[in-house]
Amino acid sequence: MADLAYHQTPAARIGRFGIYAVLALFALYYLAPLYVMVVTSLKSLEEVRNGNLLALPAAPSLEAWSTAWSSACTGVECSGIQGYFWNSIKMLVPAVALSTLIGAVNGYVLAMWRFKGSDLFFTLLMIGCFLPFQVVILPMAQMLGFLGLENGTARLVLVHTIYGLAFTTMFFRNFYVTIPDELVKAARIDGAGFLRIFFRIMLPISLPTIAVCVIWQTTQIWNDFLFGVVFSAGETQPMTVALNNLVNTSTGVKHYNVEMAAAIIAALPTLCVYAFGGKYFIRGLTAGAVKG
Amino acid sequence: MGALSIRNVKKSYGNTHILKGIDIDIDKGQFLILVGPSGCGKSTLLNMIAGLEDISSGEIHIGNRLVNHLPPKDRDIAMVFQSYALYPNMTVRQNISFGLEIRKIPVAEQKAIVERVANMLQISHLLDRKPNQLSGGQRQRVAMGRALARNPTLFLFDEPLSNLDAKLRVEMRTEIKLLHQRMGTTIVYVTHDQIEAMTLGDRIAVMKDGEVKQFGTPQQIYDTPANLYVAGFIGSPAMNFIPATLEEAEGQAIVRLDNGTETFPAKLGPLGTAQRPYVGKSVILGIRPEQITDQGSAQADQPNLQLIRAKVEITEPTGPDTLVTSQFNGVKVTARCHPQAGMAPGQTATLVIDPSKALLFDPASENRIA
Ligand SMILES: Nc1ncnc2c1ncn2[C@@H]1O[C@H](COP(=O)(O)OP(=O)(O)OP(=O)(O)O)[C@@H](O)[C@H]1O
Ligand SMILES: [Mg+2]
Repeated sequence: MADLAYHQTPAARIGRFGIYAVLALFALYYLAPLYVMVVTSLKSLEEVRNGNLLALPAAPSLEAWSTAWSSACTGVECSGIQGYFWNSIKMLVPAVALSTLIGAVNGYVLAMWRFKGSDLFFTLLMIGCFLPFQVVILPMAQMLGFLGLENGTARLVLVHTIYGLAFTTMFFRNFYVTIPDELVKAARIDGAGFLRIFFRIMLPISLPTIAVCVIWQTTQIWNDFLFGVVFSAGETQPMTVALNNLVNTSTGVKHYNVEMAAAIIAALPTLCVYAFGGKYFIRGLTAGAVKG
Repeated sequence: MGALSIRNVKKSYGNTHILKGIDIDIDKGQFLILVGPSGCGKSTLLNMIAGLEDISSGEIHIGNRLVNHLPPKDRDIAMVFQSYALYPNMTVRQNISFGLEIRKIPVAEQKAIVERVANMLQISHLLDRKPNQLSGGQRQRVAMGRALARNPTLFLFDEPLSNLDAKLRVEMRTEIKLLHQRMGTTIVYVTHDQIEAMTLGDRIAVMKDGEVKQFGTPQQIYDTPANLYVAGFIGSPAMNFIPATLEEAEGQAIVRLDNGTETFPAKLGPLGTAQRPYVGKSVILGIRPEQITDQGSAQADQPNLQLIRAKVEITEPTGPDTLVTSQFNGVKVTARCHPQAGMAPGQTATLVIDPSKALLFDPASENRIA
């Protein structure tokens, strides 16, 4: 095999070069907007208007960033996106934690403690993964009304937890079915009950799957716009909605540099999660049976 | 009295009947083997004894206590699984003490038990490793350690050696037997390996299709199998089954063995009352390979030996013996000969047969005629 790579025919070499060229082109194509965003956010408004889109900033400054964070106008209010950023965090953390934990319990039951109709239940849940956001809006609104939940952040936590459960349950269930059920049998003979088996054995061996769920849910929930617009208002709106308002505020000139800075801030948490957890994400998606 | 008593136990999933009325009784300290082909219901029965599966009907008593409705933890049992089922997130020490911890045994005592068990199984140096840092044989030991730590009245083993390589399997087999002799606990052991069954068991239950085909001591099962199935399943190489017609001459039961050109009357001994109805009818003669051998290997003091000539078709040296295949009455017959007996394919060899040890089976019911 190794020999083949060294003694390539010229045609194969050209082919290989072509593949790399195409890959490089795609990478460039995808990275170009990020580049423009970063350089634009570091320029002054003057430079943005007069200069070249792709040029590096003449005098890089973080002023646009601090404006975006604390004094840009999002509609009538002009105190930046910081409040909304924290709104998003306050919504994100409980929603991700809840949907991951409940998904783990669901998956554990569906894989290890099968009950009559558990396969049907799982199939229905799978359909939940394919439901677009739009479909659930109306029933969700009715349910929230019925519950009388007023606080926007709490409403979003509930909505995202419920919507995410289909995915997290599927991730955990598909991981747990690869675990030999003799493991649970052994624990039962050792005297462990349903909860002890879950917390002492199943949850600790699911770290890769937990990583998958956390990354998946963080991305989904942080980036969501539709639920944010529909189920929250004013003070409690999440980051994405605020960003939209900031960009659409139509008084005076367009502050492209501020908008770009705000957009990067908005994308930062998901970028970080990928940077730190991406390794586990891949491992979790490809994880088979735990050897033991 | 009865350490384990299984009374007319049945198991069905809907309309599929997996176990069709099992009756087994063993005493304290006995080593019971459940042996049978894949899918015959061995694991199902073991899981029912453990309380991991419901009993459809019948009763299971452990130490004179009806356990039908007790959960596994209250049955005073321990179990070793085929996949070992070690907790991957725990060290060997934690694996062994997990059950003790749940039972709220004081920490100091837990430690002492772990030490004792680890010493017994020679895994003391592995106590702080995780299962994925162990070899197959070491995992096997840890799994046994976890069971031993509990000191239960009944040990259950579900094919514990089937994931080990051949050499290790034999070693662990001896070790399990030693352990049993030393501790004198009652063991139920599932295997599909008939050699394991013969070497380990005090009692063997040969199962097939959810039924016990025969229950007895290893020697009973080997010498007087109840039917063709048991006769063919136990013993390697398998017993020869030769179709023949039963005849009587001067009170002696006789069958004729035809090697294609010559016929030899084999005297089976005095005709028994059970055999009488079969005179003149087809029977199946069952004779083990070691009861057909070369002249040099035959023990001359045996009174019933007879000489027959056979056309050798193939020879298969196993080392200690050479298996010689020839044909009688149109079926292949294996003989176990000395490697230096000079058997070669194509030649006509003289073999010594001990027909008095042969068995007769009814071709229709497949039961032994006794
Ligand atoms: N949940 C179930 N539903 C229906 N049939 C089942 C179920 N579990 C087991 N069976 C069937 O019961 C039979 C006995 O299974 P069991 O696992 O006891 O076999 P076994 O003798 O242990 O075989 P092996 O040597 O392969 O382990 C098999 O035919 C199996 O298909
Ligand atoms: Mg089995």
